[in-house]
Amino acid sequence: MQPIAIYIHVPFCATRCGYCDFNTYTATELGDSVARATFHRVLIDEIVLAARSVGARPVTSVFIGGGTPTLLGARALNEILSAVRDEFDLVDDAEVTTEANPDSVDEAMLAELRSGGFTRISLGMQSAAPHVLAVLDRTHTPGRSVAMARAARSEGFAHVNVDLIYATPGEEVDDLRHSLDLVLEADVDHVSAYSLIVEEGTPLARRVRQGELPMPDDDVAASRYELIDEVLVRAGFDWYEVSNWARPGGECQHNMAYWTSADWWGIGPGAHSHLAGKRWWNHKHPRTYAESLASGLRPEAGHELLSAEDQRTERVMLAMRMRTGLPRTEAADDVSERLCLEGLIDPSGLANGSLILTRTGRLLADSVVRDILT
Amino acid sequence: MPAPQPGSTDPSVIRNFCIIAHIDHGKSTLADRMLQQTGVVDARSMRAQYLDRMDIERERGITIKSQAVRLPYQGTNGVDYVLNLIDTPGHVDFTYEVSRSLAACEGAVLVVDAAQGIEAQTLANLYLALENDIVIVPVLNKIDLPAAQPDKYAAELAHIIGCSPDDVLRISAKTGEGVPDLLERIVSEVPPPIGNPDAPARALIFDSVYDTYRGVVTYVRVVDGRIATRDKVRMMMTGEVHELLEVGVISPEPVVAKGIGVGEVGYLITGVKDVRQSRVGDTVTTNQHGATEALSGYRDPNPMVFSGLYPIDGSDYPELRDALDRLKLNDAALVYEPETSLALGFGFRCGFLGLLHLEIVRERLEREFNLDLISTAPNVVYRVIRDDGTEQVVTNPSEFPNAKVSKIFEPIVKATVILPSEFVGTVMELCQQRRGSLLGMDYLSADRVELRYTLPLAEIVFDFFDQLKSRTRGYASLDYEPSGEQDADLVKVDILLHGEPVDAFSAIVHREKSMAYGTLMTAKLKELIPRQQFEVPIQAAIGSRVITRETIRAIRKDVLAKCYGGDISRKRKLLEKQKEGKKRMKMVGRVEVPQEAFIAALSTSDSAPPKK
Repeated sequence: MQPIAIYIHVPFCATRCGYCDFNTYTATELGDSVARATFHRVLIDEIVLAARSVGARPVTSVFIGGGTPTLLGARALNEILSAVRDEFDLVDDAEVTTEANPDSVDEAMLAELRSGGFTRISLGMQSAAPHVLAVLDRTHTPGRSVAMARAARSEGFAHVNVDLIYATPGEEVDDLRHSLDLVLEADVDHVSAYSLIVEEGTPLARRVRQGELPMPDDDVAASRYELIDEVLVRAGFDWYEVSNWARPGGECQHNMAYWTSADWWGIGPGAHSHLAGKRWWNHKHPRTYAESLASGLRPEAGHELLSAEDQRTERVMLAMRMRTGLPRTEAADDVSERLCLEGLIDPSGLANGSLILTRTGRLLADSVVRDILT
Repeated sequence: MPAPQPGSTDPSVIRNFCIIAHIDHGKSTLADRMLQQTGVVDARSMRAQYLDRMDIERERGITIKSQAVRLPYQGTNGVDYVLNLIDTPGHVDFTYEVSRSLAACEGAVLVVDAAQGIEAQTLANLYLALENDIVIVPVLNKIDLPAAQPDKYAAELAHIIGCSPDDVLRISAKTGEGVPDLLERIVSEVPPPIGNPDAPARALIFDSVYDTYRGVVTYVRVVDGRIATRDKVRMMMTGEVHELLEVGVISPEPVVAKGIGVGEVGYLITGVKDVRQSRVGDTVTTNQHGATEALSGYRDPNPMVFSGLYPIDGSDYPELRDALDRLKLNDAALVYEPETSLALGFGFRCGFLGLLHLEIVRERLEREFNLDLISTAPNVVYRVIRDDGTEQVVTNPSEFPNAKVSKIFEPIVKATVILPSEFVGTVMELCQQRRGSLLGMDYLSADRVELRYTLPLAEIVFDFFDQLKSRTRGYASLDYEPSGEQDADLVKVDILLHGEPVDAFSAIVHREKSMAYGTLMTAKLKELIPRQQFEVPIQAAIGSRVITRETIRAIRKDVLAKCYGGDISRKRKLLEKQKEGKKRMKMVGRVEVPQEAFIAALSTSDSAPPKK
């Protein structure tokens, strides 16, 4: 049977960060309508439903994200994982990740998660500069992320990731250098680095619109990206997706499933799923989501059937973001050759039959994709 | 006693007059009130601006084409009069049509807003009327307004016309106050028309309008003789001969008559489909035993301002061509020929009487024919003498020769600006900057000044009016009339994008202004053109000499940071939208330019003609 990846969305946060437009809610926002302490049972209900729908397919990866999954506590997270194990065929070497907020995790919790079967921790470090964390509304201290990453290693987690956000208004190049120093000190095998996006409707967007904060500058972001790539490559990491670097063997299997258009099931409010050319998404609000499961219904809010052309567009757009690249048969020769001449794709890769972005090309990935598709 | 009938009206009871007024000073409202008070329109069928036929006329409160309406009026002396109100266009672009309307009148009611005083265009039309020996009945309107200063402006009008301030009638067209007095003044002061009923027929065409159902409707004022249905008539300038299918008067709806005689104003229908066959200023006579001498004053309308008009959607080109053909039926002054632009595709180079004419044509094309248009910056007509003595007339900057030019002539105008005296300094400075030379300056009253300048027309079509308005907080008014040409040190400035000239942005400017134009356009384009994957120089050049340069730096980042499960459909849809956008890009060499960038660059440099 075809393997499947499982994503589980925990829609809770202790506080709302100004830049974040994810589907997550604070206790005050939710009020009494959703019981956080028992919400993992609702998620388990959907796991059961999912398994009934696709059968006990081998599960190669599980990823619990959010929100802040660690707010549920280790026991609840372990119960969720047990449910996956009970309902599906969780393979022995499956990658099992949970995201963790440096603030809401400690050594004891890490130990408990490890013994429950988690193999990978992803920490939202974002930055080592306190003034940058302040702009992002993050409440942890920079040292806390390093400490928790090291703790995860010593508790036996095979893989540890930290997330960085760069080009935040007020971030200086030395702030980013310092963040990278701490990342290397934390002994992780995976780094995700995202340039700050000002999303519509967030408090950050309002602050930018009102002139309180400057709009992050694309040229600055480009230089920062180059710095990150340089530092990480020198330290033995390599890029495998435009925003992701890993030491050999540290690549995130779960994310690779997304990028290779594999099948995945998204559990939880607002989660997207993809199964053989059909994509659907769940009700966004935890209450609506919980209510539909309580009445025995699938919590689906909408779906789309991907046409052959949609699938090709997605394949090109995702493959081009990856180090493995796009087979050159997928692109017109004159376009490939022009992109190569312009220094956006790698000549040796092309000679070997694939379009692989150069560093300059990675920064222009979207326009390269448009060139290939038009 | 019944009212005099068309065709058998004694000239002694006829009064032909027009109303001279600035936009907004209440001409149409006054005309409405006259229609009501003489009883030709009852209260039930009355509507505001009764005589204005086009939506644009009503909305902007201006009259584009003139109209004539016959008003039967019984004077307080018991005599039944016929008042012919000949409506006149109110804008500088249509001065020629105004002059023809004036030529059909013996009197003019000069209407001035009692809160604002006289404006430059009104003054120009007043002078035109005085030159034609027309009797002026001065009127201050809007005396009901709280801001009205009738004493001040009565004194100003008296000073200009040379009458006593007591002769200036004070009315409110809105409430009707004073309008009966005005009708009496018209009867007593405007002389009746004089003509020879037994001479060969001569009638002056003062307007010519295309009607979808009737074909061309020609408005005439009979000077001598008589014109009757079934007559074969000859247009004395064009030599065209037509049979009169219908003759009548407008009162205020068409009333068919057997004919019209000396001093009468009416309309003719001959079945022709194109106003060029029945031109304003021409003389109508009978084909047999016709007059040998035409009435004076005919001239061909000459386009003064040219602009390229392009459909935003290239596939609308045939619709644009058809629409121009249709407008032309009603607008003898409109000229156009096909033109191709690298940047804008297929379109037409169109000639207009002036900026308002341009704006009106454009607005009618967009509104009546549902077209989305882009227009290039307006330019004037240049006469270029080459080194070998040959001459070239340039209506499109891209045709301007770069070398071997010995002399260039540009059109100049006599401009009149009326403004509060506190702004004289700043307006004189503006006129100097625009290469103007002062002809004279007069105080109309203690705080209002009339400035007269000679200015190159090209300077006016650029953004003179906007500048004038902003420097005087909207208080200045402008009028100008063609005044020949002058030789000037002019150059063509080309704008190059990545080395490729963009034809739509080429401009002919004075050498001293070339740098300013180049800097303005390159800076503007730098803002409007998105960054490309490579560095793009934007240059302004005279011939092969680059005078200014800006650089659009290469884009360095065009990638979304995140693309996980839930982002994929959103990102695919975004990509599809961008792909569509890419298809609509215009390519200048290797540079992708969104059409919006061309539109924005052109529209902001466009100077808006006076608006309401």
